[in-house]
Amino acid sequence: MRHTLNRLKPDAASMMRDEQGPCVEALLHIAGLRVAFDGVPTLRGINLTLARGESLGMVGESGCGKSVTWLAALGLLTRCAKVTGSVRLAGEELLHAPASRLDKMRGGQIAMIFQDPVSALNPVHRVGDQIIESLRLHRGMDHRTAQAEARRLLDQVGIPDAARRLGAYPHEFSGGQNQRVMIAMALAGQPDILIADEPTTALDVTIQAQILELLRQIQRETGMALVLISHDLGIVSEICERVLVLYGGHIVEELPTDRLFDQPAHPYTRGLLAALPSLDAPRQRLFPIPGGVPNAAEFPPGCPFAPRCDRRIGRCSEWAIELASLGGDIRHRAACLHVTSEPHQGEVVAA
Amino acid sequence: MARLIVVRLARALLTIAVVVTFAFVVLRAAGDPARALLSPETPAEAVEAFRKAWGLDAPLWVQYLRYLFAVGHGDLGQSMRDGRSAITVVAERIPVTLMLTAPALILNLLIGIPAGIYAALKRDSIADRLVMMVAVVGFTVPSFVLGLVFVLAFAVELPWFPSGGAGTWQHLVLPVVTLGLGGAAVLARFSRSAMLEVLGQPYIRAASAKGLPWASVVTGHALPNAAIAVLTIVGFMVGNLIAGTVLVESVFSWPGIGSLLVVSVASRDLAVVQCILLVVAAAMITTNVTIDLLYGVLDPRMRALRSGRR
Repeated sequence: MRHTLNRLKPDAASMMRDEQGPCVEALLHIAGLRVAFDGVPTLRGINLTLARGESLGMVGESGCGKSVTWLAALGLLTRCAKVTGSVRLAGEELLHAPASRLDKMRGGQIAMIFQDPVSALNPVHRVGDQIIESLRLHRGMDHRTAQAEARRLLDQVGIPDAARRLGAYPHEFSGGQNQRVMIAMALAGQPDILIADEPTTALDVTIQAQILELLRQIQRETGMALVLISHDLGIVSEICERVLVLYGGHIVEELPTDRLFDQPAHPYTRGLLAALPSLDAPRQRLFPIPGGVPNAAEFPPGCPFAPRCDRRIGRCSEWAIELASLGGDIRHRAACLHVTSEPHQGEVVAA
Repeated sequence: MARLIVVRLARALLTIAVVVTFAFVVLRAAGDPARALLSPETPAEAVEAFRKAWGLDAPLWVQYLRYLFAVGHGDLGQSMRDGRSAITVVAERIPVTLMLTAPALILNLLIGIPAGIYAALKRDSIADRLVMMVAVVGFTVPSFVLGLVFVLAFAVELPWFPSGGAGTWQHLVLPVVTLGLGGAAVLARFSRSAMLEVLGQPYIRAASAKGLPWASVVTGHALPNAAIAVLTIVGFMVGNLIAGTVLVESVFSWPGIGSLLVVSVASRDLAVVQCILLVVAAAMITTNVTIDLLYGVLDPRMRALRSGRR
């Protein structure tokens, strides 16, 4: 059965395979999503599905398209971005949906929190008012009820003395507290999906751990799906069940988190891991990936990673990049010629 | 807060002292009132008597100390031209000038700010380009040129409005529009860039991401932030308006402070010029203090800084 599903066609992918049980309907299904800024392609065809309650990690260098994927899906890109493809939420097409529909979806079904919480909160409005705004928008509460609910939310995200802090302004909070406020604001709409775009990048390391713990706890309590965008493999592996690795506007590898560190298949994923220092292993040389990410306009045809890849062969530059599963396991797929031609590649442990 | 007010007041007094001193020295260094006021045929004894009567024969520093002493007692001296007290001469012109500047300022704000915001929201559209083109013309053409063009167009060619003077509302139209448009152009450009700056901030995207309709994002989240930056420029606008009235009042022979200043400087009517400068300085200081206070209303971060907690 699994062999026949070697390559997930976009239409077949709206049904997602669960490890133990029968098919689970995907909550969100993105197919062939492409984004071009002023004619320069940035996303080059993203296909992904997200199940209810799942936690998905997206990693890659800056500019690989991990944030743009979600900004495009939520219709948050500026007019100079040309977006094509399909974004279906519970079967309903969202791409280029009318503004009123998108407003309902944003925050109400899919919420998003951002990298720098201090600048993502409006400096002239009280924190409480910003949360209440969301509550009135998505849950139609009157001011008094919304106020009580806002206090409960602040409490839930771990802000002490919530009742009093509702009246404070963002500049009176620390970075970590502001991110907690952002999370409370995201929770206000009771979304099915929370997109966390580098939620801890701007925070101190100790605060990072607290915010991640909060995200995990909230996901457990609410059962919403979580998409964690990060360039930090460690963070993603701690929180997520499944990881997507992006490079040059493509998904180059998709794998369960438990395989990330011992069975990466794509040369780029391996490169990322080889460049990571390890805490428990003896001190050893780190291996940076040679070269740098080219400008979006200068990506070569074929595999975008080919110019930096140590396993590059002639056909790499002609190949229409496509994810293929490894060793018949549909949960682990990579977009590399070597993976499709060498069935045992998946078992090779990273150098 | 009390300390803040004391500091503000001290600073205001210092500014006024500097203005007064500067005006005093420059006016006396730049020409002799006796020569300017009296005809060239006046006999030398009469000139001498005139000097003595106005205290101009004393050394400069004695004159200065006498002046300071008098100002300290609320005496700003008398006009050399008609002998009335300078305060009376200036005071009767203030409402006349306000009749021009107040509507001009309102015109500035009512045209400039909405035009700038509109252009920012329609960035790079034809409407945006058009607004900005008009604004560039508006603020590069000096107000006296604009005034003369208006006189030619709407007083001479099309005799809709009087070319100068005061009395009816028709007299107000051309000078107010002349004063108002230049400022509106500056304000439009500034509001546009302030708005664009704010629209690019992460909290705008975050507000959209939480599901606020775009119109609410603009009114509820972008405008209050853009207003902080626009407020800064409004302070400059008031200064510009005061400078502008001097020119525009002369072009339209409007009997306000501006034309009084021109006449008084030309005739070295020292007390009146100094009194006008004092009034202008006080007006500017009042404007700046008002704007400072408004900052506190618009920007909570400012409030925190002031009360000393961070």
